[in-house]
Amino acid sequence: MRFVGYIAQWRSAAKEALERTAIAVKFLCCLHLTSNYLCSPCHAYGVSMLPTLNVAGDVLLADHLSPRIGNVGHGDLVLVQSPLNPRIRLTKRVVAMEGDTVTYFDPKHSEAAQVAVVPKGHVWIQGDNVYASRDSRHFGPVPYGLIQGKVFFRVWPPDSFGLLGQ
Amino acid sequence: MATSFLWNCTKKFVSASIITVTVSDRYVTVIPVRGGSMSPTFNPKSGSLMEYVFDDYVLVEKFCLGKYKFSHGDVVVFRSPLNHKETHIKRIASLPGEWFSTYHNSDVVQIPLGHCWVEGDNAASSIDSKSFGPIPLGLIRGRVTHVVWPPQRIGAVKSIHRKDWLSFRIPTIVWPP
Repeated sequence: MRFVGYIAQWRSAAKEALERTAIAVKFLCCLHLTSNYLCSPCHAYGVSMLPTLNVAGDVLLADHLSPRIGNVGHGDLVLVQSPLNPRIRLTKRVVAMEGDTVTYFDPKHSEAAQVAVVPKGHVWIQGDNVYASRDSRHFGPVPYGLIQGKVFFRVWPPDSFGLLGQ
Repeated sequence: MATSFLWNCTKKFVSASIITVTVSDRYVTVIPVRGGSMSPTFNPKSGSLMEYVFDDYVLVEKFCLGKYKFSHGDVVVFRSPLNHKETHIKRIASLPGEWFSTYHNSDVVQIPLGHCWVEGDNAASSIDSKSFGPIPLGLIRGRVTHVVWPPQRIGAVKSIHRKDWLSFRIPTIVWPP
């Protein structure tokens, strides 16, 4: 008789545990959906985007819907996977879209301006700090498919909290 | 009571769909193979009228996207460098830092860091790295491991390094040692 009582207790405890797990799993899935398809925070550091972004590191909000619907254009700050190492994400600015002719100069290599045409399906990205940035001037235009998000807001440091424009 | 039944169904449907989307984005997914550029591995009888009914379905795993460690002959799904909305399925012929050539042409290409060379098994009708060059590894969206449809061809997809691919790494010699 006690054995039947134990089984009933165990069953209700197991049911409650399963319900709690289901809620946790659903919450994690919603978190994944939001951070992959809607908006996610990211941490950007380095000198290549001075003076727009600080050296010590900024926490930015990136919107992941815009690249999917093709809403990335000239002057947008984007999060892009590095073509030299897919595990690294860069924060750079889109300077030219497909079909545009880019005139750029690389202070380290030569004083003359160089010209390049951006092929179909690619974008030309550059860091705001032309003197210390490894970008499309070094590794060429990057495919649009590598763009993961568009940065639109800065959360940290608090004194520069606000929208990041063009 | 019909409304509460409908509400229950909607709740279950929504939770099932968000769990499916999460699993399919992070772990494994099943996708159809369109076109005959990977014959005879996938869609061996492509070109016939029954193409859409008898497409192959394959299992794609996404665990490889953690470290991006691929081997020669892996079949991968990647976003096209020419159009970010399309995905293609091809085989990796050469990895970053290697020199690649085939018997058919005498060009030797060096694959830059972070890129790979992809080729379709059906060399005659395949738009691959021969047209758009090496692709960044970041465009890869998963690795194909098994064929799951049609039932007579269910099985693992092997990583075959084709005999006409020449892919070699030139060791860097440090002199004086």
